[in-house]
Amino acid sequence: MNHEPDLLAKLSNSHLDALEEETIFILREVAAAFERPTLLFSGGKDSLVMLKCAEKAFGIGRIPFPLLMIDTGHNFHEVTDFRDSRAKELGAELIVRNVEDSMKRGTVRLAHPGESRNVHQSVTLLEAIDEFRFDALIGGARRDEEKARAKERIFSHRDSFGQWQPKAQRPELWTLFNTRLQPGEHFRVFPISNWTELDVWQYIEREHIELPSLYYAHQRKIVERKGLLVPVTELTPARDGEEVIEKTVRFRTVGDITCTCPVDSTAATAAEIVIETLAADVSERGATRMDDKTSDASMEKRKKDGYF
Amino acid sequence: MTTMDLIAASADTASANGQNDLRSALKFITCGSVDDGKSTLIGRLLVDSKAVLVDHLAGVQRAGETDLALLTDGLSAEREQGITIDVAYRYFATEHRKFIIGDAPGHEQYTRNMVTAASSADAAVVLVDATKLDWQNPDMELLQQTRRHSLLVNLLRVPSIVFAVNKLDAVEDATLAFQNISGALAKFAEAAKIPVRATVPVSALKGFNVVDGKPGWCGYEGLSLLDLLETLPGTPAETAEAFSFPVQWVEKFSSSSDTSQGRRVFWGRVATGNVQPGQTVTVLPSGQTAVVAQVLDHIRQPKAIPAGHSAGIVLDREVDVSRGDWLLAPDTFTPSREVAVTMAWMDDEPLVAGRVYWALQGHRWVKAKVRRIVHKLDVNTLAEEDASELPPNAIGHVELSFQEPLVTLPYLRSRILGSLVLVDTASHKTSGAALVL
Repeated sequence: MNHEPDLLAKLSNSHLDALEEETIFILREVAAAFERPTLLFSGGKDSLVMLKCAEKAFGIGRIPFPLLMIDTGHNFHEVTDFRDSRAKELGAELIVRNVEDSMKRGTVRLAHPGESRNVHQSVTLLEAIDEFRFDALIGGARRDEEKARAKERIFSHRDSFGQWQPKAQRPELWTLFNTRLQPGEHFRVFPISNWTELDVWQYIEREHIELPSLYYAHQRKIVERKGLLVPVTELTPARDGEEVIEKTVRFRTVGDITCTCPVDSTAATAAEIVIETLAADVSERGATRMDDKTSDASMEKRKKDGYF
Repeated sequence: MTTMDLIAASADTASANGQNDLRSALKFITCGSVDDGKSTLIGRLLVDSKAVLVDHLAGVQRAGETDLALLTDGLSAEREQGITIDVAYRYFATEHRKFIIGDAPGHEQYTRNMVTAASSADAAVVLVDATKLDWQNPDMELLQQTRRHSLLVNLLRVPSIVFAVNKLDAVEDATLAFQNISGALAKFAEAAKIPVRATVPVSALKGFNVVDGKPGWCGYEGLSLLDLLETLPGTPAETAEAFSFPVQWVEKFSSSSDTSQGRRVFWGRVATGNVQPGQTVTVLPSGQTAVVAQVLDHIRQPKAIPAGHSAGIVLDREVDVSRGDWLLAPDTFTPSREVAVTMAWMDDEPLVAGRVYWALQGHRWVKAKVRRIVHKLDVNTLAEEDASELPPNAIGHVELSFQEPLVTLPYLRSRILGSLVLVDTASHKTSGAALVL
């Protein structure tokens, strides 16, 4: 087609270069400014993009901080398997801390056995921060995901309870990052703040980043519930009267099984997902998360409680 | 299907969706008083350029009406109070360009957040509420916040400033109102030496001239706000100055094939000028001199690097360089312990002469003492007033002395060498933003 060069130019990589450069700059700043940083690594697409940038920032096999995963025990095995093999390939130290251990310790109590453990990750995360005395936790949150995240700084100061104080955020001027801490405090750092879901997929496509298979179209048993496609698993069985059907789906976001839903899709490659994302008219969270809809301010509230 | 086919097949959907990306993103901020309709304007930009997803739009429907402001005011305290507290960053793209919006608060008490958003912006849209002005009168007074925000964004050297006169749908004679208001804005801008790119009449509520043009409305035949934003330049890199480079991170190799003789690589972002192999540099503070042996770009490809981009520099000999040091073109910069600055004060505790703070410039932390408050600026006029302290959100001229010499340039010449922040040694709060005079 004649207009191909035009289209390629429009989907050019130059803005990805700028985003990549900013992310690498931030990762190096963390490595230089903090004593005990760690990178939150779930095996999901955003953390894999960060890991790719970290490889470029520091050189292969030289990432100067450990990877940390807070495991709810309700993760898709495809993702945890992928996480383990990726960490091994990189020669990176992988620390896993489990919400179930917090439950055994009594620091996490569920209201009922079927409750999502997603919100309780904050407790286990803060326990890990205490245990390893981490002073900076690098996370793959993006500002386009959610309104509370749109307000958060790239270097986000947290008090000794891990709390975010939206009214007392440190002004972030130019690229001068005030990384000074009092004992017990830490920072959450978001190097891909300025990326959108589309940017992430374009980058995955451009860099040939491998992802867990769940991100691509596959057959899955689901039930339709309140406009969402709920995966039928041991943890999330069909309810009485619900019809279980098999559908071709993929996950736009991969998190705790009890609150993550796939979307209708036949996209089998990153390029096809780029195209689908261009045409999407529902947000990543809107299409996929069961736990964000309870209230408008649910993410803000969770962040104030120490959530990522 | 190949990737190419897919891209081609998606073109129509993509442009209909307004999500195509392009070259460089434009970072712009919106500023104006409370209730001038900033959040509504941003909501309108997002909705009319089809950047809002249906679930987000559903979240802002109240009793059948769409409240565009709720798209950006995301914190519960903001929803309670109906105001914007902190900068929200929003992303959208048209066929021609990708945009990052910094939605800065209008309240005077949140000036620090506005300064934060402005420090990295390529453009500022200053919103003017026509209904709050005595628009029949060509000699009307502009609102304090209009003057204040314009002066602030100009002080911070935001490259493009645009006035958007809003709510013209709500006045009796929109044409006369726009004529008088744009006249008053032009007079003010000229007196304050603020270069203005354009003054656009808009109705954020009705969508006039925000995304879709309304030719002839208010006697205006120019571009809609979005069309105008698509044409604005990014922030020019400071390549005309001599080379300067703050060292961000030192990478050590015991032995390595990708650097010559396994020397250290100094990573950072080129502040001014360019760097290429063969040029001589002086290290501050050690004063030693070396020659650049190799330059790597941010992903370790050998390349000459201009201002604004990350670089890894390998020198031809072992010299003492740590994070926070500077590599400089020799004989061009004079480090100094004393500097006069324009200070935007952000702390709840006032700035008092005699106090010692931490100062961060580039990647270097030094102690800084406030020697003298020269004067406070009236933020509405920039007139100079005597003052013994700078209260929160005040701006003034201040003399600082540093524990060790720093290399600075006036902020007008370099945003990086000319900017620093003061951090309170007790609370660790970011207390002041300083622009070198």
